[in-house]
Amino acid sequence: MSGSKRIGILRFLGTNCDRDVWQAIEAVGLAPEWLWYQDRFEVSRFAALILPGGFSYGDYLRCGALAAKAPVMASVREAASRGVPVLGICNGFQILCDSGLLPGALVRNEGLRFIDQWVELNLVNSCPAFAPQAVAKTPSRLPIAHGEGRFYVEAEGLKELQDQGQIWWTYADNPNGSMANIAGVMNREKNVAGLMPHPERAIFDWMGGDDGRSFFTSLV
Amino acid sequence: MKIGVKVLPRSEVLDSQGRAVEKTLAQHGKTVAACRVGKYVQLEIDAPTQEKALEQAREIASFVLYNPLIETFELEVVK
Repeated sequence: MSGSKRIGILRFLGTNCDRDVWQAIEAVGLAPEWLWYQDRFEVSRFAALILPGGFSYGDYLRCGALAAKAPVMASVREAASRGVPVLGICNGFQILCDSGLLPGALVRNEGLRFIDQWVELNLVNSCPAFAPQAVAKTPSRLPIAHGEGRFYVEAEGLKELQDQGQIWWTYADNPNGSMANIAGVMNREKNVAGLMPHPERAIFDWMGGDDGRSFFTSLV
Repeated sequence: MKIGVKVLPRSEVLDSQGRAVEKTLAQHGKTVAACRVGKYVQLEIDAPTQEKALEQAREIASFVLYNPLIETFELEVVK
């Protein structure tokens, strides 16, 4: 894969969707590379960073809270401020919110149950780096698998997200009580994005759908 | 010195855990006006005075123990 763009995949203790993301990155012809939670890295080497799902630190204290303080996050912060595209999936989304790189927080599902199902998502505002308008399918069908995926932000925060076009995806049929049906958001600059659904689990038809592919093809 | 950090979900955030506990209590005839579920963190801090220990605990709580968007915290000196 020499010559193809290098995509950094972060690994914390308890990350468990890292392999799936690796396969997705390879499937679209990009070069994945692991980034260990205890290490800093040279930001300029990467075309994009992905924080996969899982249960970093066993969700101790608060989902994403301890991972948000891991040494590697200093480099992620630096990358984000330099405009490098950063994508957080599920637990990765929780980490980005808790670290302040994305607005809001993910709290326990309204119905308390862990939800594992396919959902239909509507693209509200396009993210230039991941599944931009040109390649994204809307509605998109992606799987979710989370116990703490209810997006919350205070009223002024929600208004700001709406005014600044930072709402990325919404659920067609809200499964977890998320505010304003929000499934994914972006930072104001739109280079940092996070969502609860798992695009890496929908790369080929045999997986049940391939709507997740566009999240990665847009990086090629 | 032991300092306890009590973390509770903010009142404007729906506390689904608290609601589940409340419902179970009600099913057993133990009705309460409200129930919220939080967490308790005990820190053992070496500090010359109680004020210094509380100050450190407050800094630590703000650093990682609570998320101001969804939670509040209170400190207590553990006797």
